[in-house]
Amino acid sequence: MMAKNSHNDIDNPPSFVVEMRGIVKRFPGVLANDHVDFRLHRGEIHALLGENGAGKSTLMNVLAGLYRQEVGTVLVNGQLVNFSSPGDAIQAGIGMVHQHFMLVPSQSVTENILLGLDKPRFRMELAKYDSVIAELGERFGLRVDPRAKIWQLSVGEQQRVEIIKMLYRGAEVLIMDEPTAVLAPQEIEVLFNTLHSMIANGKSIIFISHKLQEVMAIADRVTVLQRGKTTAEGLEIENITRRELAHLMVGRDVVFRVDKKPSEPGNVVLDVQNVVAENDKGLTAIQNLSLQVRAGEIFGLAGVAGNGQRELAQVITGLRKVNQGRVLLNNKVISNRSARFSIQRGLAYVPEDRTHVGTSPNLSMTDNVIMKNYRQPPIARGWAIDMTTATTFAKDLKQDYDIAIPNVDTPVRLLSGGNLQRVILAREISGAPTLMVAVQPTRGLDVGAIESVHRLLLSQREAGTAILLISEDLEELLALSDCIAVIYEGQIMGEVMDENIDIIGLMMTGMDLEEIQAGGSAKNV
Amino acid sequence: MDLIIILHAGVASGTVLLFATLGELFAERSGVINLGVEGMMLIGAMSAYSVALYTGNPWLGVVIAMLAAGLISQIHAFIAITLQADQVVSGLAITFLATGISLVLGEGLSKAGAVSLLPNLSIPLLSQIPLLGAIFFTKQSVLVYIGFLLIPLAWYYIYYTRPGMHLRAVGEYPAAADALGINVFRLRYFYVFLGGILAGLSGATISLAISPGWFSELTTSGQGWIAIGLVIFAQWDPLRAAFGAYAFGALRRLIFDIQGPTTLLGLANPFYYNPYWGFILQMMPYAFTIIVLVIGSREALRKRLGAPAAIGVPYIRGERGL
Amino acid sequence: MSEMDTPNNSTSSEEIPPSEPIIRSFPYRLRIEPRMEEPARWYPFLLFLGALVLALVIGGFLLVLAGGDPLRSYAHIARASFGNIGVISDTIVKATPIIFTGLACSIAFRMHLWNIGAEGQFIMGAFGAGAVVLIPLLPEGTPVWIFIPVMAVAGIVAGAFWGFIPGFLKARLKVNEIITTLMMNYIAIAWINFFIFAVWSEGGFQMTTKFPDNAWLPRLLDYANRIPVFRGLTTHLGFLIGVLAAFVLWYIIFRSRWGYEIRLIGDNPRAAQYAGINIQRNTILVMMVSGALAGLGGMSEVAGVVHRLQTSPIAAGYGFTGIIVAWLAKLNPFGVVLVSILFGALILAGREIQPSGLPKMIQGIILVCLIASDFFIRYRIRFVRLGEEI
Repeated sequence: MMAKNSHNDIDNPPSFVVEMRGIVKRFPGVLANDHVDFRLHRGEIHALLGENGAGKSTLMNVLAGLYRQEVGTVLVNGQLVNFSSPGDAIQAGIGMVHQHFMLVPSQSVTENILLGLDKPRFRMELAKYDSVIAELGERFGLRVDPRAKIWQLSVGEQQRVEIIKMLYRGAEVLIMDEPTAVLAPQEIEVLFNTLHSMIANGKSIIFISHKLQEVMAIADRVTVLQRGKTTAEGLEIENITRRELAHLMVGRDVVFRVDKKPSEPGNVVLDVQNVVAENDKGLTAIQNLSLQVRAGEIFGLAGVAGNGQRELAQVITGLRKVNQGRVLLNNKVISNRSARFSIQRGLAYVPEDRTHVGTSPNLSMTDNVIMKNYRQPPIARGWAIDMTTATTFAKDLKQDYDIAIPNVDTPVRLLSGGNLQRVILAREISGAPTLMVAVQPTRGLDVGAIESVHRLLLSQREAGTAILLISEDLEELLALSDCIAVIYEGQIMGEVMDENIDIIGLMMTGMDLEEIQAGGSAKNV
Repeated sequence: MDLIIILHAGVASGTVLLFATLGELFAERSGVINLGVEGMMLIGAMSAYSVALYTGNPWLGVVIAMLAAGLISQIHAFIAITLQADQVVSGLAITFLATGISLVLGEGLSKAGAVSLLPNLSIPLLSQIPLLGAIFFTKQSVLVYIGFLLIPLAWYYIYYTRPGMHLRAVGEYPAAADALGINVFRLRYFYVFLGGILAGLSGATISLAISPGWFSELTTSGQGWIAIGLVIFAQWDPLRAAFGAYAFGALRRLIFDIQGPTTLLGLANPFYYNPYWGFILQMMPYAFTIIVLVIGSREALRKRLGAPAAIGVPYIRGERGL
Repeated sequence: MSEMDTPNNSTSSEEIPPSEPIIRSFPYRLRIEPRMEEPARWYPFLLFLGALVLALVIGGFLLVLAGGDPLRSYAHIARASFGNIGVISDTIVKATPIIFTGLACSIAFRMHLWNIGAEGQFIMGAFGAGAVVLIPLLPEGTPVWIFIPVMAVAGIVAGAFWGFIPGFLKARLKVNEIITTLMMNYIAIAWINFFIFAVWSEGGFQMTTKFPDNAWLPRLLDYANRIPVFRGLTTHLGFLIGVLAAFVLWYIIFRSRWGYEIRLIGDNPRAAQYAGINIQRNTILVMMVSGALAGLGGMSEVAGVVHRLQTSPIAAGYGFTGIIVAWLAKLNPFGVVLVSILFGALILAGREIQPSGLPKMIQGIILVCLIASDFFIRYRIRFVRLGEEI
């Protein structure tokens, strides 16, 4: 796998640890990487910046041996490489920490780290390796109990295990895919310290992110991708402003600046009162949370992933029980009833997971759009379903929402993400809901699809629907919401009406609003 | 009715379940559920018996039985792993196929006459242990002792060796294993094969040792399915699997023997005087399997763990397809 | 190399060689990729036929190995099952119980409930229907039009009860239904044996007394004095009931609210939950309906063919054949009827074929080939030029 044309002298090591040239990677229907260039210097933290779907992860998956590029070359330490598996990449000193951790939950930390290695040969000798791994972790400031089972660890600890896994394999280049997305603020700080100590130990780091402030804080250099193309390569962070980076990243000065009329909030539609609820593991996920959403307003809920957003959405939509408190929809209690009870009272729900929750992949578009109204006439005729009416209904939605599908009998698994989301929105909006809960409605969509989803949400708002928009994308929240609250560890940190991004940012790190206002200045973020 | 005799025979008949259960346990640990156990056992029983009959060498019979059942298991492996089809349906198809093949090839075997069986032996020192020696180590078939050895080996292998760790990883989170260079497909093929081999051994244990002969489908009489139930009861743990297998073996013998004596606990034995009550007794192993499953499932629900996470799910590698 | 180190723009990278550096001797390779569009309507049907033919070829090959003559065997099967109106009638009689068990499996499988217990539910249905006659529940001389419906209800109730138990365990305790339904099969056999041998035995024989005429389903030969062609034809009303059940089932699955719920749960339970559908309730209901269909089949078999309780003709494996039939029919009720007739023919002709396990083996091979062929519905295979940008 190592190349033939290495003519680098040993005493004159190449200045680039990794060099990727003209990488092209295509997926069915998408050009994910369009002749992308990327170069990593030794001993630096190099940020790879771009929006969701810009092709950052794809590029790094090529480097990590998971994908194979169609065109382009990869050089590691000046030598041409051609990885056919992640194992090859690791041997060449490149390790990737994925966004979704690749850890076996029922096994211990040590077992996970030793997985796939040649040593130990047969007997595990766990006691011996436990201490080796504890030592290695200590050296890089990555504290974790080697004997603990993965499922017992916090997300931050699991990330540390992933990093140790790569270090143990002798990785010189570490790719971190959106490492902060799942971390609490204190954990982010620990992570940043770790990254610095790894640099001090001679490692090089690629840091994938779509968050400007993070990139500004940690990186030495930055490469920006926009819709599969390089818009800036290897810029030094000192020589660039945040505004310039934003422009390189989105290609427009104004981000998601959607025209919206001033809000005319009406009555309280959704009233969440002191709700306490547990997550799947039986731990408290929502603590005494209250919020109100009025008719005709978009209420944005910001927060780092995993702070109870999912559970809150499920509680409101009747898919999760509350232990204390209650949820009212138009003054009727809907908590601890059934999902069906809320649906019949005008609740629409755009779930986070389009393919696994929101739609039924092998059923036709018709079957998918009648999911919420098949019990009511005219779709229902007694206990039967009027297929003619249902088909007409689906055809109308296909036209109105511009859904690209050959015909309404086609199974929806063949649809792209944007079209699938339009199917869901068409279904939910067609029920003329009084309340809509939308969770991450634009995640993974391309720019055009994002805009159409935003337009649909705003037109619902003008139609007088109360909308609870739960998102991790601050810019989206700022553009759409009339009011933004921040959730942190299952509690609301505060609500703001204006677009003060700094205050929201502070609340996302766990400070509540009063605390921030008492502190006076929120400038030093 | 002597309890020691029943338990002695129970250990022997539990060995049949032990092999099949451990085999299925390995396959399921790797993430492939194989419902073809009953069929593979039949193939094993049939080929062991006929090979022993024609060659006069029961050991050759055992080896051929294991290979034949292993071969059949690879059809399931191909369909379930490479072609990514539904493992439940594929396993059922294997049962039909294997049952059919063993009936076709086993035609006339039931009247074939006597065959040289695997030897019974006693273990010199161990058989002297009071009670336990008489039950476990006296005049048992060689295969019973192989079963004894297999239990700790399987346990140690799964929890304390590198390949065992890889096995668990592949069944739990194949993408993680794949990312670290473990060949998920190859391992799954291998453990399905191992499951087939052990099912074949289980079949051979019936026809050449425990209840010698070939009685078409009645040879196994649903023990392959009980084995699958036992894997769930055992929560994929070899020690619990062994316990379940021997307990069921003893139960089978008890049901068989309880109809013998005229008195039972000092009272007239209803099963002796009314032989039709035997049909009620026949239901017991199957009813117990259901009860045992309920126990296993409740425990799994309570502890929020249980089956290997990737069980029954074909592994499809990121983007490169196959 | 060094001049290429200068910062290049995207156009110059065209000259960089493709990443597949090794030219293999054959400039194409097979590429297997997921199908991104729906295949044409004829395609799955053609695939089905292909799988069937392949299965028969493999079966023939095995037959040669076992010392038989495949062509003669297959020709014999065709003649012995479709050769004249008499054997066609016999084929239909054999197909009738399979239609019921096939339908039973198809509705359960559609919800991804693996009911392997149609066999036991079929037996319990036969037992229920037989009990009406043998207890006796109705006075002697009750007219046929009362007797038959009561037997049918008894069969349905008994089958539904046998389906309820695993359904309940699955819904409430998440107990694997594959094993429970299978165990229930063995229990059902022991159960009916007990009654045949111990309670209702006719003079110690392994069967009960013959049912009175008013507990028989009408057969074609009953009308032979008016329509002479029907002479000797044993096709009974059960076939018609089975076909009718297929129509009803089709309507329920594709045109009713409940059927919609079943299809939704079967395809994506989480989406069903999200749509406010009660999965536990439907699990129990579908298992009961599945059991009821199999139970009705058992009733049809005892009232239409066997006319007494006797283990071997009732517990003849119809429940297991139903599994294959349902799968071959892609869970479509009308498909079940067609495939059942095919399998009826196989079983009918198979009775005379040596070795006796042959039909079972061929069934197994057909199922294996069919499952394997599904791969080509989800994937397609293309020849790709090496280095081509796909």
